Amino acid sequence: MNKIDNAKITDMKERYKSGVLKYRQMGYWEPDYEPKDTDILAVFRITPQDGVDPEEAAAAVAGESSTATWTVVWTDRLTDSEYYRAKAYRVDPVPGTPGQFFAYIAYDLDLFEEGSIANLTASIIGNVFGFKPLKALRLEDMRIPPHYLKTFQGPATGIVVERERMNVYGRPLLGATMKPKLGLSGRNYGRVVYEALKGGLDFTKDDENINSQPFMHWRDRFLYCMEGVNKAMAETGEIKGTYLNVTAATMEDMYERAEFAKQLGSVIIMIDLVIGYTAIQSMAKWARRNDMILHLHRAGHSTYTRQKNHGVSFRVIAKWMRMAGVDHIHAGTVVGKLEGDPNVISGIYDICRENHVPQNLQHGIFFDQPWASLKKMMPVASGGIHAGQMHQLLHYLGEDVVLQFGGGTIGHPMGIQAGAIANRVALETMVKARNEGRDIWDEGPQILMEAARWCQPLRAALDTWKDVTFDYASTDSVDYVPTPTPA
Amino acid sequence: MKITQGQFAFLPDLTDVEIGKQVEYALDKGWAVSIEYTDDPHPRNVYWSMWGNPMFDLADPAGVMMELEACRREHDGKYIKVMAFDSAKGWEAVRMSFIVNRPKHEPGFELIRAEGEGRSVHYTLRSYSSSHPRVS
Repeated sequence: MNKIDNAKITDMKERYKSGVLKYRQMGYWEPDYEPKDTDILAVFRITPQDGVDPEEAAAAVAGESSTATWTVVWTDRLTDSEYYRAKAYRVDPVPGTPGQFFAYIAYDLDLFEEGSIANLTASIIGNVFGFKPLKALRLEDMRIPPHYLKTFQGPATGIVVERERMNVYGRPLLGATMKPKLGLSGRNYGRVVYEALKGGLDFTKDDENINSQPFMHWRDRFLYCMEGVNKAMAETGEIKGTYLNVTAATMEDMYERAEFAKQLGSVIIMIDLVIGYTAIQSMAKWARRNDMILHLHRAGHSTYTRQKNHGVSFRVIAKWMRMAGVDHIHAGTVVGKLEGDPNVISGIYDICRENHVPQNLQHGIFFDQPWASLKKMMPVASGGIHAGQMHQLLHYLGEDVVLQFGGGTIGHPMGIQAGAIANRVALETMVKARNEGRDIWDEGPQILMEAARWCQPLRAALDTWKDVTFDYASTDSVDYVPTPTPA
Repeated sequence: MKITQGQFAFLPDLTDVEIGKQVEYALDKGWAVSIEYTDDPHPRNVYWSMWGNPMFDLADPAGVMMELEACRREHDGKYIKVMAFDSAKGWEAVRMSFIVNRPKHEPGFELIRAEGEGRSVHYTLRSYSSSHPRVS
């Protein structure tokens, strides 16, 4: 391909002759473009088909995610088309991965409706993901400017106010997902809620697929759960909550269930990611109006977040969900049973909790991201974690997180309350030791053993799960590694 | 019953040395430590009585320990908690809270159920301590 073939065509008569042009000829590749502060920026991992050069592929992504179609249309000339075109402005090879490139694209703010995740995503992850000249495409990260962020509500409650409502400070919150996931009657389900909360957890949780099945209808579950919550509150003097899953077939059903949860005095409800972006935003507004903490279970995300070559990175989903307005989001454990590279997870936790997230390629963060005082979103660590990992969890995940031990509470050999006690003692012991200046990374197991001497349930938990680890390589890892600097 | 509010409620009672170390941690973070007390630890009793203002300009944990001692002398037999307040932007909130004194007998709470239609129940927690208000 020679240079003239590829250049942007500036002669308008040539440019708008009917037929097919390369996307870069149409003007979607602008290597000299300086992104504006108000632009929405995206970085995609592109894998062009053989014979398609990376700049043309990047231009095609910019075109297909903004104004272009496959052929020249004269109606472009009725618009200020230069302004509306997304601009691919940079292409970098992915380190150590031949055939893949990071393509940076800038979108003008006017391409998007204010406060609408649905509108944003219809462009950015719309048709373009099925585009044939690319073998694969992955949205790695986005920079959302404050101008656009401020059109979103953000988390209904936020970490600070959630802690004030729960009256829990200075330590991670503790939760557990009720097990078995399916089959318990409402009465038996409420028993598990009560035992876990009485034992020492702050929260219990419906699983993602608990809605209103033949074995347990939603009203029955809500009533028995709230009996468990209130009884545990009276017996501990603590605020307790149970995430009542209001996910349902229609918005009307979800509002009805949320209203009932509110009437019963629940402090928190939950929804699943599969209800869709618009439904999530609706529920976030409902939660803000009704002083309700809103938990989001990320059911379905691994279908598109896990493989590195195609889909949407979870760090982008986390950004969209903070904008959409949920308070809790499952964000990985590092040490548990589900996917999670420590560097990737660290980047995602920063996106949830910080007010300014600086570029950090080693954590998968491609852009500076100011959050413009949108509230902080509480990450939730859940899936195959247990008391014996407490030092690692505190080290990797920090303090503002809900640690959820489902099996690690309910599967305790001495019963559910004992399981909850083991987790709470392990947690408080580790926080106390950290605050006292002890090195919990190295001394963690020792610190837990010291507490197990006076806490029988903790000793039983450590004995039961001491050898359980999930040590598999992550499929979603970062591409940039630190370069050693000469001493 | 033992009320388990606070970040170290499941551990054996902290000694004064251990309390001092937690205070030191808070002061190192630049947080202001404060002391509050009550005889009604209802989980939604947000405003316990303040033992003076948060100690904003204090750098030495010993100062907090002196105040705690004085509070204990006057309010022994009540709940006393140590808190740390962070005034940094985006927080402006309590960052630590743990109970350091509690009555020998903790009266606990009555759970009152008001049954309504559709099997719904309205729950009220009543502190037993509030049925015998102290003269103070």
